[in-house]
Amino acid sequence: MITKRIIPCLDVKDGRVVKGVNFQKLGDVASPVELAKYYSDNGADELVFYDITASAEGRALFTDILTETARTVFIPLTVGGGINTTDDFDRVLKCGADKVSVNSGAIRDPSLVGKAAKLYGDQCVVLSVDVKRVDGVFRIFAKGGRENTGMEAIEWVRRCVGEGAGEVVVNSMDTDGVKQGFDLELLEKVCGAVQVPVIASGGAGCIEDFITLFRALPGVDAGLAASIFHFGEVRINDLKREMQKNGIPARI
Amino acid sequence: MIAIIDYGVGNLFSLQSSFAAIGQEAAVTRDIDEIRRADRLILPGVGAFRDAADKLRASGMDRAVKEEAAKGKPLLGICLGMQMLFERSHEYGVHEGLGLLKGEIRPIAEKIPAGLKIPQMGWNSLKIVKDSPLLKYSREGEYVYFVHSYSAVDCEESLLAVTEYGADLTACVGKGNVYGCQFHPEKSEEAGLRILKAFCEMEVASVC
Repeated sequence: MITKRIIPCLDVKDGRVVKGVNFQKLGDVASPVELAKYYSDNGADELVFYDITASAEGRALFTDILTETARTVFIPLTVGGGINTTDDFDRVLKCGADKVSVNSGAIRDPSLVGKAAKLYGDQCVVLSVDVKRVDGVFRIFAKGGRENTGMEAIEWVRRCVGEGAGEVVVNSMDTDGVKQGFDLELLEKVCGAVQVPVIASGGAGCIEDFITLFRALPGVDAGLAASIFHFGEVRINDLKREMQKNGIPARI
Repeated sequence: MIAIIDYGVGNLFSLQSSFAAIGQEAAVTRDIDEIRRADRLILPGVGAFRDAADKLRASGMDRAVKEEAAKGKPLLGICLGMQMLFERSHEYGVHEGLGLLKGEIRPIAEKIPAGLKIPQMGWNSLKIVKDSPLLKYSREGEYVYFVHSYSAVDCEESLLAVTEYGADLTACVGKGNVYGCQFHPEKSEEAGLRILKAFCEMEVASVC
């Protein structure tokens, strides 16, 4: 039986892993390559690397880190951050990424998802969305959550999947960093709208939050988190044992 | 030396790295002489069957692969590369494969119940159907990483392992010196590396 995936997310800036709480206050955790290896050895099913560097030097450093990670870690690797063109896809795929996640780049150029899917296949294109409730409506935010695009979230996700996005990472800005559980209301809407794998992000504070997620929403394929893994508040192996105990398929 | 056949589909860096991790030298190549000199061959692949089959043929490497396989050189197809070992695929039309194994490629949608997501993407367990040198280090129920919308059918003669996704789907095949994995061993952590290691330890068979 196919398992539910547990995915640690590593935000990388200037060669180091950082995690934003509600997208602010960044704190250094560890070396990305070491952390990636640690997670792979301890049951992570996949890794996501987000490049949050703005400078060209930082970008070059990021691709070096990616290459080094792909040399030592043999689980699927998704890369996002600063993906604006198919050349960006090419750059990270050559360094060992398996999937590429697009967020603001797809908002800026709505044809990007379709173009990339044709070149590299649907399975390679991950749509990542930052979603926040504004006056009771789910809206898409761009630029790391700083800019309200005004677009309705479900419609945007549906459109991008129609263009060829093979997977969707749904990050709720309302629950991110709060550690009170995933945004089940938002995730249920997304699961009802698309047939591709859905990855829940934002809000996990403890093991129970993952159990609640997978029990409430069988359509969710994976749970993604950062700080609770980085700071050792939740150990992936413990989480997976608890999932198994609760009848949720997990790879151990 | 292992030759990873590069016919212009997909990124082969991870695959090459996974062989390095088990202490094996693997060259990513499109040089027919190098393919002929190699001890064993890897046929990778992602994307659409027709496009990949056309590219392999256009490169002329299809003949080299078939001839070397006929000589008994161990060959491992991975994902789309595994699908290409069969007679034909029904992915957007009917397209001819290499015909090294009996069977054909059909949409998994024909086999699995409605409501399951397509592609099957993620970690699923292996049910071993037949002992094989390729799976000598693999354990029943071990998880490997799949990404696919099509799978091999009518391939009982070479079937080594299946995976359950609403129905049993072909996961691993092998006959003589020709092997294939529908999943990605290079992305399946320890379980995958052990399969690659087993492949690297296979004897070069004599000509049948």
